[in-house]
Amino acid sequence: MIELISPTRCTGCNICVAICPMDVFQAASGQAKGAAPAIARQSDCQTCFLCEAHCPDDALYVAPDAETVTGIAEEAVAAAGLFGSYRRAIGWSDGHRDNRSADQTFRLLAPH
Amino acid sequence: MANAPGAPANPSASSLEFDAHLEADVLVLGGGPAGTWAAIAAATAGARTVLADKGFCGTSGATAASGTTLWYVDPDPAKRAAAKAAREGLGGHLADHGWMDRVLDRTHAAVGQLADWGYPFPRDADGRDRRVSVQGPEYMRLMRRRVKQAGVTILDHCPALELLVDDGGAVAGAAGVRRQKGGGWAVRAKAVVIATGGCAFLSKALGCNVLTGDGLLMAAEAGADLSGMEFSNAYAIAPAFGSVTKTLLYQWASFTRADGAVIPGAASKGGRSVIARVLATEPVYARLDRAEPELSAAMRQAQPNFFLPFDRVGIDPFTQRFPVTLRLEGTVRGTGGLRLVNERCATAVPGLFAAGDAATREPICGGFTGGGSHNAAWAMSSGHWAGQGAADHARALGNGARALRRAGGAGLGEGRGAAIDAGALTRAVQAEVFPYHINYFRTEEGLTGALTRLDRLWSDAAGAAPSSADDSLRVREAAAMLATARWMYRSALARTESRGMHRRLDHAALDPAQRHLLTVGGLDEVHVSARPAPLHPDPVGAKRELAA
Ligand SMILES: Cc1cc2nc3c(=O)[nH]c(=O)nc-3n(C[C@H](O)[C@H](O)[C@H](O)COP(=O)(O)OP(=O)(O)OC[C@H]3O[C@@H](n4cnc5c(N)ncnc54)[C@H](O)[C@@H]3O)c2cc1C
Ligand code: SF4
Ligand code: SF4
Repeated sequence: MIELISPTRCTGCNICVAICPMDVFQAASGQAKGAAPAIARQSDCQTCFLCEAHCPDDALYVAPDAETVTGIAEEAVAAAGLFGSYRRAIGWSDGHRDNRSADQTFRLLAPH
Repeated sequence: MANAPGAPANPSASSLEFDAHLEADVLVLGGGPAGTWAAIAAATAGARTVLADKGFCGTSGATAASGTTLWYVDPDPAKRAAAKAAREGLGGHLADHGWMDRVLDRTHAAVGQLADWGYPFPRDADGRDRRVSVQGPEYMRLMRRRVKQAGVTILDHCPALELLVDDGGAVAGAAGVRRQKGGGWAVRAKAVVIATGGCAFLSKALGCNVLTGDGLLMAAEAGADLSGMEFSNAYAIAPAFGSVTKTLLYQWASFTRADGAVIPGAASKGGRSVIARVLATEPVYARLDRAEPELSAAMRQAQPNFFLPFDRVGIDPFTQRFPVTLRLEGTVRGTGGLRLVNERCATAVPGLFAAGDAATREPICGGFTGGGSHNAAWAMSSGHWAGQGAADHARALGNGARALRRAGGAGLGEGRGAAIDAGALTRAVQAEVFPYHINYFRTEEGLTGALTRLDRLWSDAAGAAPSSADDSLRVREAAAMLATARWMYRSALARTESRGMHRRLDHAALDPAQRHLLTVGGLDEVHVSARPAPLHPDPVGAKRELAA
């Protein structure tokens, strides 16, 4: 489930608000431009990790637990190197673009 | 026009207000692979096209979150014949070789188009493009871009709740709510494509919680029927704590009990029911210890999302055991859906087309998909044909005036009954469809008991209204899951044999006399009837089946 948005990393671009298929986030209200959105409907989160994939600033963390909030702290996520880890794996962050075409599924499938 | 745009067609039918009105030739509901291919095909054929998604076109649906292998086979007759034969028996000899040929051709062309559009297919050691799989985020981001470039208007966070129909009963648009902007929307259209995916009953299978069978309910309310709904009990393996129901890599897993004893017969392919039996009473553990060590890097590169749960809780799945569960994916990796009446993917209702998981996939996989490739090929192909079919229908229809009314029923009513508690209804439906002893291992007794309870829920829900406008989406989702469950179980009761993924404990064998397809439909009264399966494409298979 979505656990946290790092207020120091987040630039308030609201991309996650737009792209979350379950409409979990709420943009900060008008006067707070640049502020991080709120995780407004946490229990609606389907644990699909797509907000992490689309966040340009590696500011979100989704814990794999689909049912309960773990309460993990930002420092622990950072210390484990987990911010941005999904984006790096799929080649969506600088320095890792080669991973976009690294899909090795063809080696795992039995030949047709 | 009888109803000027701006005036709700039949305001008394519902309390919704429309804050946004659009007119289109073709309206596509759903923006997964099927909906995006449909929208591109319709727009390319010259139709003014609108696409409305419950979530966000590009991240919503089963593919965006998971990624898929593709039924991509070179046009070499021997390879094609082998690809078709490979699933003949698993699918219960119900597939249609004519459709399989069309889908193999169309998929080959569509994947070629993806490459031309810049999808970064990997290269093998010989420098050849390998096109047998796509990564979900990458594929759907590209599809969104192409939909926009085709000139399609996208309505994100705009779930459709009901269809609009004209006096003659033809489908003429849809209406829904705007989750982020508030209020309602309506689009008048000359043809509508249902591409809302399957129904996974809010099981939190990867990417599937937007998939609650809404399109099936809407289409049935307009008079469409369904097929293959007995093939709706797909359960996928996932770590017990997580949502990631990717199953390919479990072919290298060993499955054990708490004490470490290997469970005889347990396997991802061909032994999943063994896992379900043990899970009914005790935990099951897995470890990917049958993989050659040199494959593990390839596995990470093939399925980065498979490893997210493990990396995040600090488990090495190759050396450490972890508990697993089976999450219901319902019709998403089943095969049932709206019945198609022709190769343009039209349904039985004029103006209404269906594609992807919302349409029955029996034409290419009979009664089984489980893992791998056919679903994605079907979404690309049926989406393309439905979009073209809808554009042609729109062109033929012309610009005559039509009076419209709303076709939606359950959960949208004036509140004849009590207001529905969406959460309570959802849990009541889940209690009938999640348990392995009802849905995986089916018996007459289990199915009849569930149907009695589901029918009672339906008679309460049919006339009820949402408790608030904010709740209207959740209530309609619950009603759609309820309707879907009743079609599933009526069909499952009617098929007194085991075929494809449908297993009856009380009719464990395949019955050659039941090599037919089941049409199911209706709301207050659910009706099932058999229709002939395609001519047997495979005489050897037919003989084998008779001997069984
Ligand atoms: C974990 C997993 C792995 C899979 N792996 C494979 C594989 O390897 N190979 C394969 O072939 N298939 C695979 N599948 C199946 C494949 O993902 C689906 O068949 C495919 O996504 C179907 O495409 P679709 O467009 O019909 O539906 P989806 O991709 O599910 O999209 C449906 C869309 O409709 C929208 N929608 C729903 N309700 C409404 C509404 N009321 N109004 C408006 N929009 C609505 C949703 O938001 C969503 O965007 C897998 C599925 C899962 C869950
Ligand atoms: S996408 Fe990332 S940076 Fe943008 S608002 Fe969301 S968390 Fe902040
Ligand atoms: S994991 Fe998926 S559902 Fe959850 S907040 Fe992120 S994008 Fe939304």
